[in-house]
Amino acid sequence: MNAAIILFPGSNREGDVARAIRQVSGRAPAIVWHAEHALPAGTDLVVLPGGFAYGDYLRCGAIAGRAAIMDAVRAHAARGGHVLGICNGFQILCEAGLLPGVLMRNSKMHFVCRMQHLRVERTDTAFASAYARHQVIKVAIAHGEGNYTADDETYARLEAEGRVAFRYCDASGNVGAANPNGSASDIAGIYSDKLNVLGLMPHPENLIDPLVGGTEGRGMFESLVHAATLVDA
Amino acid sequence: MKARVTVTLKTGILDPQGKAIEGALRSLGIEGVASVRQGKVFDVEVETTDRTRAQTLLEQACDRLLANTVVENYRVELI
Repeated sequence: MNAAIILFPGSNREGDVARAIRQVSGRAPAIVWHAEHALPAGTDLVVLPGGFAYGDYLRCGAIAGRAAIMDAVRAHAARGGHVLGICNGFQILCEAGLLPGVLMRNSKMHFVCRMQHLRVERTDTAFASAYARHQVIKVAIAHGEGNYTADDETYARLEAEGRVAFRYCDASGNVGAANPNGSASDIAGIYSDKLNVLGLMPHPENLIDPLVGGTEGRGMFESLVHAATLVDA
Repeated sequence: MKARVTVTLKTGILDPQGKAIEGALRSLGIEGVASVRQGKVFDVEVETTDRTRAQTLLEQACDRLLANTVVENYRVELI
């Protein structure tokens, strides 16, 4: 799998994603500076990593969402290429118009940094095929603005089209029991209409090694590697 | 020409920062504040002296960057 990680001034999780991709795919991803206008030829997966691009100035993800490289990311997505936005990357995808809605300040104002269980809502996608439907996975969360907000029409469309990728839940998979940020319907991540763009607040890239508390984030990268093999075949 | 752009949250959008400020005012003993909503103000200088063009330009700036119209409203005032 050829992956490209976009680096913005203020990104800080690019190393974590690079390590996860390298471990699972056996190939180092390209690191692409935000001021570039093109992605490396043959890119399968674009990752917008976590962090605080442009110091969250104006709104989180607002300035990064309009960076030069984002036109190339938009074109990649329009071709059906896979795009993964994690945490600040999710915020950037929303600001760039690649995903609907917006991430607002956590309802209780606190920055939350802890382990969190998620329920996998569907597995017939490039990002989640290595999981089982409604599997409960434990990953890390670390964000101050993860309260997913959209208008009623958008919510209805996301639910009707099965575009909620992950929901916050407790260790037994109970949705509604462990919402860290006030996000409506416990939404932790959503897909684009063609299911090739995923944005999520949690950090699967941090749960790939038993040394740091678990490996339940690996499934996402295994799924993506598998999807890239299908594309290449 | 000078202009002021005000960006505020739409009605019904939760504003935890406004709520926190509301609570802080109460704890300072400032009575009579029913509610607080926090917004942003941008003081912008535009090169043109044509008011219609300035208005159009600033609305474009708001739609494309200054406001996220999913959750925010904006108001442009030419001064």
